[in-house]
Amino acid sequence: MSVSVRVPTILRTYTKGESEVSAEGATLSEVLESLDSSYPGIKGRIVDEQGELRRFVNVYVGTEDVRFADGLGTATTDGSQVSVIPAVAGG
Amino acid sequence: MSATLTTTSGTTTPSTQTLRAGAFGNAVGLTCRACGHQQDLGPFYACLECFGPLEVSYDFPDVTRAQIEAGPKNIWRYQPLLPVPTDITSSRNMEPGYTRLIEADNLARELGIKKLWVKDDSGNPTHSFKDRVVAQALSAARELGMTVFACPSTGNLANAVAAAGARAGMKTVVFIPHDLERPKVLTTAVYGGTLIAVKGNYDDVNKLASEIAGEEDDWAFVNVNVRPYYAEGSKTLGFEVAEQLGWRLPPQVVIPVASGSQLTKVDKGFGELTRLGLVDESPYRIFGAQASGCAPVSAAFKDGYDVVRPVKPDTIAKSLAIGNPADGPYVLDTVRRTGGSIEDVTDEEVREGITLLARTEGVFAETAGGVTVATLKKLVQTGQLDPDAETVVFNTGDGLKTLDAIADRVGPAATIDPSYSAFTAADLI
Repeated sequence: MSVSVRVPTILRTYTKGESEVSAEGATLSEVLESLDSSYPGIKGRIVDEQGELRRFVNVYVGTEDVRFADGLGTATTDGSQVSVIPAVAGG
Repeated sequence: MSATLTTTSGTTTPSTQTLRAGAFGNAVGLTCRACGHQQDLGPFYACLECFGPLEVSYDFPDVTRAQIEAGPKNIWRYQPLLPVPTDITSSRNMEPGYTRLIEADNLARELGIKKLWVKDDSGNPTHSFKDRVVAQALSAARELGMTVFACPSTGNLANAVAAAGARAGMKTVVFIPHDLERPKVLTTAVYGGTLIAVKGNYDDVNKLASEIAGEEDDWAFVNVNVRPYYAEGSKTLGFEVAEQLGWRLPPQVVIPVASGSQLTKVDKGFGELTRLGLVDESPYRIFGAQASGCAPVSAAFKDGYDVVRPVKPDTIAKSLAIGNPADGPYVLDTVRRTGGSIEDVTDEEVREGITLLARTEGVFAETAGGVTVATLKKLVQTGQLDPDAETVVFNTGDGLKTLDAIADRVGPAATIDPSYSAFTAADLI
C-alpha cells in the first residue's frame, strides 16, 4: 500500500523540508517503519521507547484520529493520507 | 530585586527571528513544559524535541501594586507581567479586562456557601474571556510581522478574533464547526473577514488549522502557532481576582475546562503574584468544571490517570466541547497539586446552572457559565468544596450567545389582553 504522509514543520529537518512524502504499509506501524527507512530517526520522534505514540503527537489516517481507531495498528489503504500533527493546539 | 521564572535547564534551540527590542516585554524565551527544552521567542508552539507545549518565561523587574493600580482599567495594567511591549496601550486593540467581581450573596445562600464571588467575564468587548487571550496573540502577530489573524473556534474565540482583527485593520480567517450556535456565527460574521464553516466537530477544525499553520508562515493562528503568548492572557483573570479581593488569593476557585489552558494560566498568574510579592503566599484550591458530554479531564481525574483519553463531544456546552484538550495533563497536575478536584455535570444541570445564576445574581451566563455554576453546586453537595472557605466561580461568557439552551425553560408567565381587568383576572402576583 502506498500512502502519503503529511509532515509537520518540526519534523521537516528529516525530510529535507518536504511537507508531504510517500511511504508503504498496510498499517500505521508499517507506514512509520517505511518512513524511518527513508528518513532515519523520524519514527523515534513520533513513537516513544515503549512503542506508543508520543503524548503530544496526534496521528490521523484520513480524518480519523488513530487514538479512536486501532492506534498504531490502524489500517492504511492504498492512497491513504497519514497526517502527523502536534497536539498542543486549540482552546 | 529581579525574579527569573525560567525554571528548567533543558537544551536550547536558537531562533533566527529578528525582533525589535522589548517586543515581548519582559518575556525572555519559550520553555517546554514537558522536557524543559528552551527556545528563543518566535512563532513556535510545540517543542522541537518532544512536541510538548511551550510556555513563555520571563525575567521580571520589580513590579509594585501602586504601579499596577496606576495603569489603565483593562488588562494592560499588568503589562510588565505579559508578553507585550511597553507601548501596547498605543496600539489598536480591544482593551479587554477589568471585568466585575460580583459579591454573590444570594447564590451563596442558596448553595449553602459562606462567601462567594462571581468573576463575570461576559463584560468583555465581545462578551467572553477570549478577548483577553486574543489581545496577547494580536500583539505577538504584529511583533512577528504576520499578516493574517486566524483561529479554529467553538464560537467565543471566533467573535474575539474577528473583532480584534477588524479594529487592528488585519485580515482575519476564522474556522468554526458547521453546527455552531447561530448567534455565535452571526456575531463573528458581522465583523467582516473570512468565516469558514467546516463539516466536522471542533477537534476536526483544530486539526485543519494546525495543518494550515504548518504551511502559511505569515498566518498567526492565535491558538496554534502563537498559542504560548495567547495563553498568557488568561493569567489576567487571576491577576484581577487577586487585585479585586484587595491583593490576596482566593482560597477556592472554580474554573471551566475546555483545552485546560485557562485553568493552568490562572494558577501560573497566582504563582507569579506570589513570587513578586504582590500578594502574600497563601494556599488555594483550584477546581475544574466540565460538561458530562465532554469530560475527558474529569474522567481522567476520577480514574487517577495523569494522561487524558480523548472523547467525541456531545453536549450543549459547545464552548467547552474539546474532546482532545491540549492542556488536559497540566490541569490534572494543577488540580491535584492544589488539593482541588474536577467534576462534570449533565446538560440538564447546565441549564439549571444558567437559570440559577440569572435568578439569584442577575448574571446571564452562556452554557460554559452554566457548567461552572452547576459544578460548584455539585462540589458543595458532594463535600469536595469547603462551603466555609471563600470561593470564586468564573463566568466566562454571555448567555445571549446560547439562547437555545434555556429557550424551553423560561418565558412569559401569561399572555393577556391590554386591560387592567385582564391583568387582575390572570392573578399573576
